[in-house]
Amino acid sequence: MRADFLLINGKNMNIHEYQAKAILKSYGVNTGPGNVAETPEQAEAVAKQLHCAQYVVKAQIHAGGRGKGGGIKLAKNIAEVRQHAEAILGMQLVTPQTGPEGKRVRKVFITEAAELEKEFYLAILLDRETSKLTLIGSAEGGVNIEEVAARTPEKIIRLQIDSDFGLVPFQARQFAYRLITSALYHEVIPKATELILSLYAAFTACDCSLVEINPLAIVKTDDGLDIAAIDAKVNLDDNALWRHPDLAAMRDPQEEDASELEASESGLSYIRLDGDIGCMVNGAGLAMATMDIIKQHGGEPANFLDVGGSATIEAVAHAFRLILADKNVRAVLVNIFGGIMKCDTIANGIVAAAKQVELTVPLVVRLEGTNVALGRQIIAESGLNVQSAEGLSEAAQLAVAAANTTSL
Amino acid sequence: MSILVNKNTKVIVQGITGSSGRFHTEQCAAYGTQIVAGTVPGKGGTEVNGIPVYDTVAEAVEATGADTSMILVPARFAADSVMEAADAGVSLIVCISEHIPVLDMVKAKAFLQKHQESPTTSTTTSQLQQKPLELGKDKKLIGPNCPGVITPGECKIGVMPEFAYSPGNVGIISRSGTLTYEAAYQLKQLGIGQSTCVGIGGDPVIGTNFVDVLELFEADDETHAVVLIGEIGGTAEETAAQFVKHNMTKPVVGFIAGQTAPPGKRMGHAGAIISGGKGTAADKIAALNQAGVVVAESIATIGHTVAQALS
Repeated sequence: MRADFLLINGKNMNIHEYQAKAILKSYGVNTGPGNVAETPEQAEAVAKQLHCAQYVVKAQIHAGGRGKGGGIKLAKNIAEVRQHAEAILGMQLVTPQTGPEGKRVRKVFITEAAELEKEFYLAILLDRETSKLTLIGSAEGGVNIEEVAARTPEKIIRLQIDSDFGLVPFQARQFAYRLITSALYHEVIPKATELILSLYAAFTACDCSLVEINPLAIVKTDDGLDIAAIDAKVNLDDNALWRHPDLAAMRDPQEEDASELEASESGLSYIRLDGDIGCMVNGAGLAMATMDIIKQHGGEPANFLDVGGSATIEAVAHAFRLILADKNVRAVLVNIFGGIMKCDTIANGIVAAAKQVELTVPLVVRLEGTNVALGRQIIAESGLNVQSAEGLSEAAQLAVAAANTTSL
Repeated sequence: MSILVNKNTKVIVQGITGSSGRFHTEQCAAYGTQIVAGTVPGKGGTEVNGIPVYDTVAEAVEATGADTSMILVPARFAADSVMEAADAGVSLIVCISEHIPVLDMVKAKAFLQKHQESPTTSTTTSQLQQKPLELGKDKKLIGPNCPGVITPGECKIGVMPEFAYSPGNVGIISRSGTLTYEAAYQLKQLGIGQSTCVGIGGDPVIGTNFVDVLELFEADDETHAVVLIGEIGGTAEETAAQFVKHNMTKPVVGFIAGQTAPPGKRMGHAGAIISGGKGTAADKIAALNQAGVVVAESIATIGHTVAQALS
């Protein structure tokens, strides 16, 4: 049992529950009735159309644990659907996954409050160690699966999927029997088998990186027992979106940090953090190591920023503007190990950016590698207030000292 | 000795006519790497800086006896290029291309594993007759999304800046490109050269992992110590630590990037994310320490840590 089995791999695009359910439904997964609404009026209309005994109103944000923050409410009638929609829409929903600032709710999903007989967990993801897709299930559904895996790993069942043949029906059936052990529920095995096969079909056809149903539930209906995805989470492989323009269009920019989104459009990888030392580095590994060394010298990085291996002068200038736009930044550390990315390109980018944005905080630059002499010369002759550092330790020390003496 | 590549390695470049293919072919050739051919479908019969271009890898291998391929094609063709190289009997495939869809690589890796056992095409068979491969052992994919492999002074297959390296007896394995350059350059400044440096790449699906390379370094007479550079996310470093503990006699120095990365934030690399409290730097450093690996405290001290381990 690997400890990290839920570690989601690759660069992913996250989508909402209502979008995930729409995708899965189109591949034959029973996701129950339901629809999305952006206003209380729409919510009421959706409920009228559904016409159920009871309803659930669910906040649509890109974070789990919505119920805990009051983002999922049971409604006994259509009037209550409207009331809950009024309360949830526009709220700043705080869950264990959103951070203390929470996330603003702009959409709700209205669905039937089904009668759940028994809840399970079901997911498909990539097993990094074997490079194969893996089906994961547990009879302990509806709860935090990572805790189940940590405390009672024997309650997690898994099946490695052969990359040549894919998931074949008997394997899905066997998995269904392993998941649903009680004979009381065996009438749903054919439906569970179909659901597992449909889930796999959706995963491969849509280039997913994660499909997770928690809970998957046996539900009571007028016609006997059925099995349905009560919640659904789908992550899509960013690198494969070019062949799925319909799925790419599901991106919700309001769920993403504006500066991070802007950065990715310039080929930069930027993540805002809480500290006061802005960083610009080439390479993700070196960028992380630079953050680490700042912290070791008593400072706090304001961001992670990887300008990539072949950034242009414009991209470097853009990176610099992003860093300076963060009002918490008291000093900037540029750490470049030039290879393909030449030091003079970086230097020209910095000078260009400094001309566009007023440089009000100290700048520490450590350049090494291709065209380093030229790069240092460009910086020295620019007239900018720059401290040059030879090594990484010195650079971190200078940046931390500079941040400590700069008042905002 | 060294591992994987040396001055006798014969390389073809898949995607040689692209701007990146052209540039890095020139750089590698200038370093002394034997680039014997290039391939691009539809460009067969042309030349790039005097290097013949073929339509297919099979033709290029047949004509030149190349045993290694460097892949510098756009992401959407990369997994297919890996499979084509494997099918043509190339024994070392170095895939530099990045942003490859994960499911493409799942397929390519399965193809590669299958191909170890039963080569299918006639070209491969004829190739095998000339030069019997140790099937199941002899075909390796390095990468994708990696800087490549370099045996300093002999052969560079990849995009790393050559000035950072010098010939010697320390092997380097890394998930990250620039950190490898940084480590090699620190070693060089201390007068410590490298046997071979391997960037295994940071993607979810990679061809060769830490353990595969550690095994090669352990068996290589010219490698006296190994530097292992990891980062947060996944469990590759923990698995490597187990291997070091039970199988390595040579000193291993480690470094883990991302000690201060906040959980839930993906740090550029595909793998670099702490999720559900797992994959942290602390976990990895503890596992490595337990295996007897000396872990450098910061990126700035890798060179000195290796110097101490060697003395």
